[in-house]
Amino acid sequence: MIPVAFDYERATSAEHALALLAEHGDDAKLLAGGHSLLPLMKYRLAAPALVVDIGRLSDLSYVREDGDVLAIGALTRHRDVETSELVRAQAGLLAAATSKVGDPQVRHRGTLGGSLAHGDPASDLPAALIALRGSLVVLGPAGRREVAVDDFFTGFLETDLAPDELLVEVRIPRMPDARWSFQKFNRRAQDWAIVGAAVVVDGGSCGVGLVNMDSRPVRAAGVEAAVDSGTSAADAAGVAADGLEPPSDLNAGVEYRCHLARVLTRRGLEEAGC
Amino acid sequence: MQVSMTVNGSNVSHDVEPRTLLVHYLREQAGLTGTNIGCDSSSCGACTIHLNGEAVKSCTMLAVQADGQDLTTIEGLADDDTLHPMQQAFHECHALQCGYCTPGMVMAAISLLDEVSDPTEAQVREGLEGNLCRCTGYHNIVAAVLKAAGSSQ
Repeated sequence: MIPVAFDYERATSAEHALALLAEHGDDAKLLAGGHSLLPLMKYRLAAPALVVDIGRLSDLSYVREDGDVLAIGALTRHRDVETSELVRAQAGLLAAATSKVGDPQVRHRGTLGGSLAHGDPASDLPAALIALRGSLVVLGPAGRREVAVDDFFTGFLETDLAPDELLVEVRIPRMPDARWSFQKFNRRAQDWAIVGAAVVVDGGSCGVGLVNMDSRPVRAAGVEAAVDSGTSAADAAGVAADGLEPPSDLNAGVEYRCHLARVLTRRGLEEAGC
Repeated sequence: MQVSMTVNGSNVSHDVEPRTLLVHYLREQAGLTGTNIGCDSSSCGACTIHLNGEAVKSCTMLAVQADGQDLTTIEGLADDDTLHPMQQAFHECHALQCGYCTPGMVMAAISLLDEVSDPTEAQVREGLEGNLCRCTGYHNIVAAVLKAAGSSQ
């Protein structure tokens, strides 16, 4: 499978990438690790006229503490996130979810920002970021802005990112004492989750994000409210699928996905100490 | 556009279309057909090579992304007639039947041992999850990787 022909520019800085986006608008796509965009281009589901390669902007690959927040550069590879001592200590849920993305080869290339900007409801990392109540820093012509994760995923493969903006950083409240669980159900090695549940419990507060349970990555707000009010894990998990519209495909129908969401959420809550 | 990279210790340089996939570049322009194309959708791992020492799937990379980088393919492992220890372990454990997945398996396995030098059997199986063998030969492949891990200590 060969992509439709395109022009290629290798960005030398974030500002260079932004200038190219400003010039080409919707005709341009950003290429980071390429493990979301290139398959789409090979299947010819995407055919950008210009590919702007930001893969060598090494100053956007980092993990550092910034006050109460863990700041992770958007171009940090999955491999570097999953093995980061800082991420493991301060946002263990993200390290665990990242270790379940694809396979080792994919994790050597794919990036945190690339996965989030793709906005796939079947991806593991959006659900983890929802549970962790993270935010995303976006750079655009008007400067930097920070978007709460609940405002970032706007639809199927759609995010709050404008065509002339670049995701530069992911920010997560540091939670060194949190308990967490990442539950991913699939039938074959390396597959997407049929359903997944990301759970974090920090102090008296709980966060739950679900994978592949709606047209976009979603928060199980009903479960969170139930846990926070003292409901048992088993009872709280019972509302995990309420109000959601999961896809039906050859892997699972709607009813089965709802069942999985309840079971995985219960397991996640229990593993996280609820 | 012009790309230059190091492949198996040699400098190579060619003119490529931006849309040229790295695996096609390696096979058709660099003339290294040891790297196989299987699923062509980053699932099967047959096209696994090393990019700066780490296993990657060359069907899901553009040749232009490899510009200036250091690559190793299956052809770059053996030292003349002396097989790489992982190749030798595959040979001794009969870790292949048809052989189609083997170049990718060997490259993924070497990368795995670089990251986990003394893996358990479970870690080997998990570490090779990006590589499919349709001859159902996983048992001997896992045995070969464990043997190679043991012999390197």
